[in-house]
Amino acid sequence: MPPLLEARHIRKVFRSGGQLFGGESTETIACDDFSLSIDADNPTFTTIAGESGSGKTTIARMLLGVLDPSAGEVLYRGCDVRGLEKDSQRQFRQDVQAIFQDPFEVYNPFYKIDHILITPIQKFGLAASKTEAYEQIREALRTVGLQPEETLGRYPHQLSGGQRQRITIARALLLKPKLIIADEPVSMVDASLRATILSGLHTLYQDFGISFIYITHDLTTAYQVSENIVILFHGAVAEAGNTEKVIKDPQHPYTRELIHSIPVPEPGSGWIAEAVEEKVVDDPDAEEQATGCRYALRCPQAMDKCGALPPFYRTEGERVVACFLYGEAPVLEGSDLNEVFQERDR
Amino acid sequence: MSERGNDREVLLDIRGMEVHFETRRGIARAVNGVDLTLYKGERFGLVGESGSGKTTLILALLRMIKTPGFIAAGSAILDDGTDLVKLNREEVRQTRLKRVAMVPQGAMNSLNPVLRIGEQLMLTMREHGEEGERDELLKRVEELLGKVGLKSEATRLYPHELSGGMKQRVCIAQAISLNPQLILADEPTSALDVVVQRQIMQTLRQLQHELNATVLLVGHDMGLMAQFAERVGIMYGGKLVEVGRVEDIFHNPQHPYTQLLISSIPSFEVKGEFKGIPGVALSLLDPPSGCLFHPRCPQVLARCKTDAPQLKTVAEDQLASCLLYEEDEHAPAS
Repeated sequence: MPPLLEARHIRKVFRSGGQLFGGESTETIACDDFSLSIDADNPTFTTIAGESGSGKTTIARMLLGVLDPSAGEVLYRGCDVRGLEKDSQRQFRQDVQAIFQDPFEVYNPFYKIDHILITPIQKFGLAASKTEAYEQIREALRTVGLQPEETLGRYPHQLSGGQRQRITIARALLLKPKLIIADEPVSMVDASLRATILSGLHTLYQDFGISFIYITHDLTTAYQVSENIVILFHGAVAEAGNTEKVIKDPQHPYTRELIHSIPVPEPGSGWIAEAVEEKVVDDPDAEEQATGCRYALRCPQAMDKCGALPPFYRTEGERVVACFLYGEAPVLEGSDLNEVFQERDR
Repeated sequence: MSERGNDREVLLDIRGMEVHFETRRGIARAVNGVDLTLYKGERFGLVGESGSGKTTLILALLRMIKTPGFIAAGSAILDDGTDLVKLNREEVRQTRLKRVAMVPQGAMNSLNPVLRIGEQLMLTMREHGEEGERDELLKRVEELLGKVGLKSEATRLYPHELSGGMKQRVCIAQAISLNPQLILADEPTSALDVVVQRQIMQTLRQLQHELNATVLLVGHDMGLMAQFAERVGIMYGGKLVEVGRVEDIFHNPQHPYTQLLISSIPSFEVKGEFKGIPGVALSLLDPPSGCLFHPRCPQVLARCKTDAPQLKTVAEDQLASCLLYEEDEHAPAS
């Protein structure tokens, strides 16, 4: 059986400049050759992590079918999402749900919460009657930790940011999706709510068997919730695999730098005093336009061969690293990251 | 006493600071009676969730509160007796940069896009009372840029030609241009990548040390606070609920809110465990009676609903405002 969703060597290039005022247009490779499949029956919780401009949101948008890849394809149950038949398009929109960063932006302020929740039920014909629909809504709200009495009948502005974000999760849940793609779902909420929302997502994965793609720049929350992680740098995968292994023992020089840069909540651990080995890159565009390893300009261990693009070396069963330092390890054929990913414990 | 003992000189003494915002639905007390003493040459971290009043407090110190907000009460007295709250317009201009400077949150929005970096820094220095020939000022600007790790060629660049981290470095150069004693930094790295964040914070730390300036760092990243600050203050609902040495705040927090905040910090130590703070954030327009935290507090007492606690010494160099520590005085005689 084909996987639920599969990205095959997807690539996205944005062009800017040129034409109007003449001159050369510049190309930015937002995503370079990304492959990942999500199995319909074996749920996974995967983080796609990277700094701003690393291409993580671009990947999410291509997986959701709202942005066309410049090359490669995104397949839903074996069919390209760009040319889905009406029925499978519907099925796709039900199976794959999205949760976005800003819970303030996604609502129409003129509609009550009820409208937001009942619309998908009607559109997808999930309930036979209004009573049944409300039954489902109440259940979904309770699952995400909201009291139906305190939520229904109100307008979005009457709810807090955390409540709104939980309503987007409840809405996604109503459709009984197989996969939820969550783009920075907790970066706008305070510490006290972050935990509630993340544990909500984790429950949906553990108890309902929903797969997650969690997009974030925050490696500490990624560590808390996800089994697998993909580290992006300027549009390319630097390292991917088991979250525990990648974070506790990073192998790619970039992952190492990234993890050592995170200020740990333990006073006096030397973060501020310790000298940082710093290679200054004068031209910020140079890394994006590099044809080989994009990290090479900054890498303390750069070699001559880093001018070429490194393949994925499978340094252990549950990890691949795109770095020539690991050139002796076998190369991951087909580059589908799912090969090294772990499924839910049962 | 520790090295931070009573031999330290006071730089700024904030007493009873209140900043109110007038809204159609009533008055919101964004800063609600804050007392805080800052010492010379220390790094103080002010922590709180959104709406806790931390940014409003530093804007008040810079006299940048705009209507409908206003400073309703309080004083902020510098070591020479100047009360920041009482300054007139001209005095405010003379004080900014020379005595109190700010490193803003979004460096990208605080530089003039049509002025080259060098011109911009010279203009600011002149505006705040620096005199001297162009060449002389330009030389000083180049030195400043050198201090924050930028080459002197940066003077000829426009802001859009710089990366986010470089822009934030320019803002730091501007903040230290007239050797202020107090640098207010409002989440200076929240828009930057972690790798750049570390470089910027190290630069700020280095300069703070060289100038022997006091830095008041505002933010909500507890990791950053743990690494940068020597003392930490925790704000909730416009009030300071706890102040102490960074090690004590992290290892021995006294206020129930601080305790929950510390235990909710995600780290690489614990996996698959999610600790939050129960309840919802308070509404400033309709604050609870008594202790503002009582509706969410797991250790709530009956009188927390009626009595507002005061900030009191609860351990060496540690203050907390919680009725749990006022028990002795109010307990009925046995």
